[in-house]
Amino acid sequence: MKSLPLIFLGVFFTLAFSWTGIVLTSHLQMKDLTPVTAELVDKDDKPVGGGNFLVNGVTIKNTDGMTAYPLRPVGEAQRGKEIYEQMGCLYCHSQQVRRKGFGADFERGWGNRQSVARDYIEQDRVMLGTMRTGPDLTNVGLRYPELWQYQHIYNPQITSTGSTMPPYPFLFEVQTINELTGPSVEALELPANYHPGPGFEVIPTQRAKDLVSYLMSLNQDYELPEIKFTEE
Amino acid sequence: MKARLGEVDASMRQPAMLFLVSAVFWLLAGSAFAIMAAIKSTNPDFLGLSEWLTFGRVRTAHLNAMIFGWGNNVIFAVAPWIMGRLCKARIRHTNILLAAGIFWNIAVTVGIFGILRGDMVGVEWLEMPAYITPLVIITYALIGVWVVIAFRWRQSEHVYVSQWYILAAFFWLPWLYTIAQIMLIFEPATGVVQSLTNWWFAHNVLGLWLTPIAIATAYYLIPKVLGRPIHSYYLSVVGFWALALFYNWAGVHHLIGGPVPAWVISAGTVASVMMVIPVIVTAINHHLTVVGSHKDGWASPTIRFVMFGAINYTVVSLFGSAMALRHVNEVTHFTHFTVGHAHHGVYAFFTMIMFGAVYYMMPRLLFREWRNPFLIRVHWWMCGLGILLMVISLQIGGWIQGLEMNALDADGVPVHTFIQVVENTKPWLWLRSLSGLMLLVGHIAFAINVFWMIFSPKTEGQVTQPTLLTPTTEET
Repeated sequence: MKSLPLIFLGVFFTLAFSWTGIVLTSHLQMKDLTPVTAELVDKDDKPVGGGNFLVNGVTIKNTDGMTAYPLRPVGEAQRGKEIYEQMGCLYCHSQQVRRKGFGADFERGWGNRQSVARDYIEQDRVMLGTMRTGPDLTNVGLRYPELWQYQHIYNPQITSTGSTMPPYPFLFEVQTINELTGPSVEALELPANYHPGPGFEVIPTQRAKDLVSYLMSLNQDYELPEIKFTEE
Repeated sequence: MKARLGEVDASMRQPAMLFLVSAVFWLLAGSAFAIMAAIKSTNPDFLGLSEWLTFGRVRTAHLNAMIFGWGNNVIFAVAPWIMGRLCKARIRHTNILLAAGIFWNIAVTVGIFGILRGDMVGVEWLEMPAYITPLVIITYALIGVWVVIAFRWRQSEHVYVSQWYILAAFFWLPWLYTIAQIMLIFEPATGVVQSLTNWWFAHNVLGLWLTPIAIATAYYLIPKVLGRPIHSYYLSVVGFWALALFYNWAGVHHLIGGPVPAWVISAGTVASVMMVIPVIVTAINHHLTVVGSHKDGWASPTIRFVMFGAINYTVVSLFGSAMALRHVNEVTHFTHFTVGHAHHGVYAFFTMIMFGAVYYMMPRLLFREWRNPFLIRVHWWMCGLGILLMVISLQIGGWIQGLEMNALDADGVPVHTFIQVVENTKPWLWLRSLSGLMLLVGHIAFAINVFWMIFSPKTEGQVTQPTLLTPTTEET
């Protein structure tokens, strides 16, 4: 094996082979996925999707009152994704529910159906995650209310004693309570031992609000043509 | 005209030392980030008020400092040097390497600063912000071109196995990086194609970059130090092409159970298991070359570290193949077991071989012997035992974590609450922090020896034999 061109051809084709297989083929397989309603089907009994869909070259508006899933995250939820990235949340939290019988994702209440590829097509940064130092975050917005999320981010020990999740006090501001207008409506409700003290209040910054909106948007609480809720 | 090894060494001195000194600096910085992250994983309030040092950022700074600061710098020192020696030609164009060295270290410094600052990209192993991408691509291109030039105008009649691996690795990495950067950052793919691209890239950084370079280094140093030929040429050809073919496909085992096409996962699992072939073949070649020379090997710091790495390559790869099996993966996936496995590969295999290479290389570059064998012993024992403790504690702790996470009672209710599972990992994570401290001590000993050597006078002519840690067979 002395020839430079031969070695190069070999290393080129081995890598090209795996890229074609893993990346390109998957892309071709999934590129046509669109948001869909679970119920709508065309004449061949295939699901149709989007706000509009094509039938024989004619664009038809989707049925009113039906929502096509997954939804595109917008506004605060979309910005919150950036906070999630910047804080490195994905190193401890996954965003994928595995099928019933593989792991205990169902039994832990993380979801009542398996996550599928279509669930992620509207996200511009897909963070499935590879670690569960903390729980999976699919449907975390269904499991806990917003107040819980804010308290948990401010200091996880408030809601989950013994947690190893870091606190994020820098996403909040401690300020003195305005004597004229009284406590802010946005002030975070905190147990006494985490409260900064009388005369003070803790206000979530915009970043905290964005992050919580993002977390509340991670729900997969809809059925898709290819996946229905798992019956008990 | 053929060049003597001494001439090659002399002309490689500047670029190799630039990369080596940078590598040692990043090794220490990466260790500091590692200790912070390790303490935070049991005591989350530690430095908890600092946004720049929140767990997600220091952990990522640690990974990037180690892989791209320490790993790439030490590779850029060792691999061109081995290539130059094996090509036996006068070394030219070292300015290319010097320029690359400067670009690279600016890129990593800015990249890690960006991570801490909050410009981190949410793609594993590609976290350094996009504004350093041009510098990274320029560096990879410069060094890749240098390696190809060195090979193309070689004066040696033979091409040795190390040269294939180095050539291949220097082609694979730039290509991998460029494609991943385009498909994930500049023109992101839709949906989970991102995740597939991510793991195709990230696992291949390990499999098609760190691994071939470390194997090439072991292939070069074992016969060189022990003075005996490699066991089998034909096996080395099989090992090379089997690795090239199978390792490529293995990365998707990080997505087993995930929302990606089942056939991709199956292909990844098959490839991961097929990796047994190149691993066994390489193991036979490395280990059978050493058989019978254990005493000499133990005396040489280089061979101690390199053989530790070679043995762990075999072990970690077989573990990796097993972890890709669905039933094993069901337990190990999402746990500290995988973290242990990653350190097993990158540290116990790759990094230890690189330490061995530095012990061989620096005296020849600088015409100085190692100043202090005691510091080498400290380095060896702290890092050898430290990494074993780390891998064992993370893998036992991770296995228990995985079992507890999945355990259901007769009614189908989880036996352990999530917080109980977390609590039960803490003792193992404490052991991990302890092992990290041991590695830090080893790294400090190594760094002292390196800088002591650099700042001391030449010993050429006074010292007649290399530093040995025990008497060899020849002396007894």
